[in-house]
Amino acid sequence: MKRLLLILALFVFAPPLLADDTMPPAAYAYRQLDDPRLEAKARGLMETIRCLTCQSQSIADSDASMAGDMRNQIRERILRGEDPEAIRRWLVERYGDYISYAPQVSPATWPLFAAPLLLLAIAALLLRRRFARSGQSGAVK
Amino acid sequence: MSAAPKIPERAAIRTSRWALWLPLALFAGFIVLVLIGLLRPASHDVASQFVGKPLPEFSLRAAADNRPGLARANMIGGKPRLLNVFASWCAPCAAEAPQLAQLAAAGVEIDGVAIRDHKPELAAFLARYGNPYTRIGADDVSAVQMAIGSSGAPETFIIDAQGVIRYQHIGEIRTEHVPMLLARLQEAGK
Repeated sequence: MKRLLLILALFVFAPPLLADDTMPPAAYAYRQLDDPRLEAKARGLMETIRCLTCQSQSIADSDASMAGDMRNQIRERILRGEDPEAIRRWLVERYGDYISYAPQVSPATWPLFAAPLLLLAIAALLLRRRFARSGQSGAVK
Repeated sequence: MSAAPKIPERAAIRTSRWALWLPLALFAGFIVLVLIGLLRPASHDVASQFVGKPLPEFSLRAAADNRPGLARANMIGGKPRLLNVFASWCAPCAAEAPQLAQLAAAGVEIDGVAIRDHKPELAAFLARYGNPYTRIGADDVSAVQMAIGSSGAPETFIIDAQGVIRYQHIGEIRTEHVPMLLARLQEAGK
């Protein structure tokens, strides 16, 4: 019984092998800005910035410490009066387009925007030909 | 019943030749894409876009008692050096310690940026794994890390004498990376 208790105690007090940092979160990592308008601005940006630790999450959703530091920096900058899109550009300048969930038209991304328009145009062309044909056969009947 | 819809036969035959094979071709293309994804998994490293650009202005307080803090001005002049982004809580940072010691022994100056670290924990880490650093700055809110486009720890940057970031090494430095880093440091000094 004593041994069992000891083993249980070892489980309870075992230090985690891969611990994250023990630093308390930065000032604005989990604290909203007092002005709701500014917080909404920050929120809009944070929801479209990729967390670099958990790459399928936005920094608004992630609890990774780096995401917390990014939220802190974004809120501080918004508080200083910076424009959200300027902050996005600052981040893209450092991490590339990958960090932003809001794709911008660039030499690498324009096909993304052009492809749907092109497909719509082709579809319209095909449909017009088909309707024109069925229109003809209708006239014959 | 007698007015059965007249199919434009010629048109139907003309399109079917290649249209018949189109779905199979698309499917084959899809299979090729999946195979490429399986055989060559995408890297999840986010490379810094600041390689080739000058180090931004920064100034960090000392993270350890026996080493001064780190500012941009400390990294300009002399010969190319390494900027090592690390932390005492980061396991691969401990794994690369012998390689950093090897680089320091080869005469490379290494400056450290400790991410979100406490003094006692960092002191214990340095006592256990060695201290190859000339200076160690404390980056409590990952500000310098973000300013140079680093996305995690450990990462190692080569900074030339003019303060320009010349190379970024993502992840721990393994034994096989040491000669490569020495060669790149030499190249950055030319």
